[in-house]
Amino acid sequence: MNWDTVIGLEIHVQLATKTKIFSGASTAFGAEPNTQACAIDLAMPGTLPVLNKQAVNYAIMFGLAIDAEIGQVSAFERKNYFYPDLPKGYQTTQLEKPIVGRGNVEIQLADGSTKNVRIHHAHLEEDAGKSLHEGNFSSKFSGIDLNRAGTPLIEIVSEPDMNNAEEAIAFAKKIHSIVTSLGICDGEMSQGSMRFDVNVSVKPSGSDVLGTRTETKNLNSFKFMEEAIKREVERQIDVIEDGGTIAQETRLYNGETKVARSMRSKEEANDYRYFPCPDLLPVIVSDEQVAELRRNLPELPDARQARFTEQYSLSDYDAGILSSDAAMAKYFEAVTSACNDAKLAANWTMGELSARLNNEDLSVAHSPVSAAQLAGLITRIADNSISGKMAKEVFEGIWAGEGSADEIIETRGLKQVSDSGALEQMVADVLAANQAMVDDYINTDEAKRKKKLGGFMGQIMKASKGQANPQQVNQILTKKLNELL
Amino acid sequence: MHNLTIAELIKGLQSKEFTSVELTHHFLDRIGSLNPAYNAVITVTAEQALKAAAAADQRLAAGNAPDLCGVPILHKDIFCTDGVRTSCGSKMLDNFIPPYNATVVENFEQAGAVVLGKTNMDEFAMGSSNETSFYGPVKNPWATDSVPGGSSGGSAAAVAARLAPGATATDTGGSIRQPAALCGVSGIKPTYGRVSRWGMIAFASSLDQGGPMARTAEDCALLLNCMASYDDKDSTCIDREVPDYTATLNGSVKGLRIGVPKEYFSEGLHPGTENAVRTALAKLEAQGAELVEISLPNSALSVPAYYVIAPAEASANLSRFDGSRYGYRCENPSDLQDMYCRSRAEGFGEEVQRRILIGTYCLSAGYYDAYYGKAQQVRQLIQQDFASAFDSVDLIMGPTCPSPAFKFGSKGDDPVAMYLEDIYTIATNLAGLPGMSIPCGMVDNKPVGLQIIGNYFDEARILNAAHQYQQATDWHDLAPEGVAS
Repeated sequence: MNWDTVIGLEIHVQLATKTKIFSGASTAFGAEPNTQACAIDLAMPGTLPVLNKQAVNYAIMFGLAIDAEIGQVSAFERKNYFYPDLPKGYQTTQLEKPIVGRGNVEIQLADGSTKNVRIHHAHLEEDAGKSLHEGNFSSKFSGIDLNRAGTPLIEIVSEPDMNNAEEAIAFAKKIHSIVTSLGICDGEMSQGSMRFDVNVSVKPSGSDVLGTRTETKNLNSFKFMEEAIKREVERQIDVIEDGGTIAQETRLYNGETKVARSMRSKEEANDYRYFPCPDLLPVIVSDEQVAELRRNLPELPDARQARFTEQYSLSDYDAGILSSDAAMAKYFEAVTSACNDAKLAANWTMGELSARLNNEDLSVAHSPVSAAQLAGLITRIADNSISGKMAKEVFEGIWAGEGSADEIIETRGLKQVSDSGALEQMVADVLAANQAMVDDYINTDEAKRKKKLGGFMGQIMKASKGQANPQQVNQILTKKLNELL
Repeated sequence: MHNLTIAELIKGLQSKEFTSVELTHHFLDRIGSLNPAYNAVITVTAEQALKAAAAADQRLAAGNAPDLCGVPILHKDIFCTDGVRTSCGSKMLDNFIPPYNATVVENFEQAGAVVLGKTNMDEFAMGSSNETSFYGPVKNPWATDSVPGGSSGGSAAAVAARLAPGATATDTGGSIRQPAALCGVSGIKPTYGRVSRWGMIAFASSLDQGGPMARTAEDCALLLNCMASYDDKDSTCIDREVPDYTATLNGSVKGLRIGVPKEYFSEGLHPGTENAVRTALAKLEAQGAELVEISLPNSALSVPAYYVIAPAEASANLSRFDGSRYGYRCENPSDLQDMYCRSRAEGFGEEVQRRILIGTYCLSAGYYDAYYGKAQQVRQLIQQDFASAFDSVDLIMGPTCPSPAFKFGSKGDDPVAMYLEDIYTIATNLAGLPGMSIPCGMVDNKPVGLQIIGNYFDEARILNAAHQYQQATDWHDLAPEGVAS
């Protein structure tokens, strides 16, 4: 039997406000445990929440970016459950009246087609703290770090409009692209700035009846999400084909061990006893506030892609990749404006730089190679000072912190030989030393001679210790050989 | 000195008849000798008080000191005091020392008032008899075999026994007015949002409101001048200028339209109480006020609505007391669940646990609409009752509670009988209106309270009427046996 997959996503996006959603404590990542948790975050008796207006503005900006209805009156509710990382014993969140209503996100698929994913709503809420199970605790204890408690989140809830992992990833990346372009989230996945809950079900192909879904929670990378979806789809199909039924449950996927497991069944699910939070007044959003935010909305990924195609003569594909991540786009534009070669800037940003960043699990914001440094390197490629091969070596040098491209070229003596007199001599020497190859070249059919050039090139580059300008050598070599015909 | 009102103490301090240090010693001595009989004060801060008194004397000597500079007061142990245990009458917080002041505490500190200590109260303000305190019941100075009322029974008894000339208190369903009535003192619950709730340990956030207790309406006005303020740390606090409540005390009540709700004189009202209240109303009529019979048709629904809303909010507000960050933790918990269960079972008293259970039940899936949803509808009806009444009257008056102070244990087995103690006071909390109780007679040598309810932010009018009544009567001057000498 053939199966259809149905996927919906819930995406938690940490908002890049300086302070928490209900307190003045800092939201900066990576501080010593509990140094960024004030009395409010610790839920000390008598403390009260005060709503961070910037968090509200950020949520509205997201709503505007996906063309959603903005709730003129939204309200906070308490979601009650006990957990050590939840100091108040309830999470302050939104349920009945979210700040962002229905909206739409268009995704691009690999075959070039587009698809619309509907957004059910997006709401504001506070993040929880973290339980620490490793560290200096006696065997019976775990630690609690409340630095993250109270960090503002928007939870974006999609309709179940995706039908495979590829679409889900494209959607997740598009949301990443939108929130980083808006500047409302730093997009740092490894720090948990975006986390995904994936709802997956399968049904017989063409059936109108949705299957029972499972929710896999807290995935924090596109790769893990893709693996988790694929495994879950396979698992569900196996279970059904073996005559079993899918239990509605919450699951966890461990990206390191590649193991998925059930966390709790529907029966074990909490009754969260939501009710309106009496400590917070309803959030009233005025038309003026929305208009003001709309006026100042930063460039969105779709508009930027179109601009990149137009302004830099990039292919749709290149423009799409470079424009999707706001930090990447900014980096690319900085490189281009400094080196004046959009094509090389695009190739290097998407190629060597991205590959290296991925390998080291770094975001472009933390790139050891600055835009100015990459532009310096590209300038030397463009003016033929160094070959492509040397450029890679220089890039590694910059990455390792050895300085600018020019400094590295200088200290490593990597300057490309482009002096035509010197190159003519080198070519002449190699030809003189390899008479047999020259004869072979002459005796070969004209159509196949071009293939024979490689052998000479190798000799000449070796003789020049790799510093000869290959394009120039190629020209001189062809000219000299043709003179012998 | 203990027989002087706050207004008289201010005169004495400012004219240097006595110093704040002398005054403070005097009241500390009284607490030392008399408090064991009443158990009204559970923490005495003698050292800090004498230090504050010395500082106040310096300010007084320098001139231009605020009204309350040097005046000794007591705080209900629900207000967080920096560095001083704040127990909320509970074993749960017996070890809790806040690192911050409630805004109310801060306001009095700024004004130079001298804090003698903290007063006993029903556990987490849940009770009408002070029998639920972890520190044992407060005894009514008028009859030590009888309750002082609750939950601010400690503050009321302390003022009645002249252990302090004034005290802070809080009122969620009558917790200022009912003990004021039972102990023969004056106490006002202001409009919801008039006094900051920051640092006031929450019972039911949408109903809780702080207010002062003293022997006279004039003293309440002096204390409220300091206590009321706008506070951006409390989102439900209303940004509205605080008038000088003493400025309008002397206006005549001639032409004042007093609404007398027929529902407040129904079955269950003690004939002696009714007689005292009717006599007080006649007195005001004789002073020129006009009595208008009105109806608050939904009054009977206020107690059931309150006992859904208040426990619902409390069930979430008290979730933070989980044994993990502060407060009571059970010994040797076997795991997290055990720590939660035993810490809460051992740390909370019976009445608190009852209300947490009621509130949890009312918010549970399947019951929410029938209980919490319905109660909120009733709350609106009650607000509408008052709104219509205030179309035709300036103030509403009636009994504060159905009968004078009852004996300890007499309602112990019947929570509902205890809840009906607040039948006349709860509606004003549900509506958010200001209400006051002043002494208006004696039955069996126990005081009777006259309740005065005003429209939103009409505290000045309430205090004016109360003061005018007190100018013509001397119920507020009566002292329990052995207290005045």
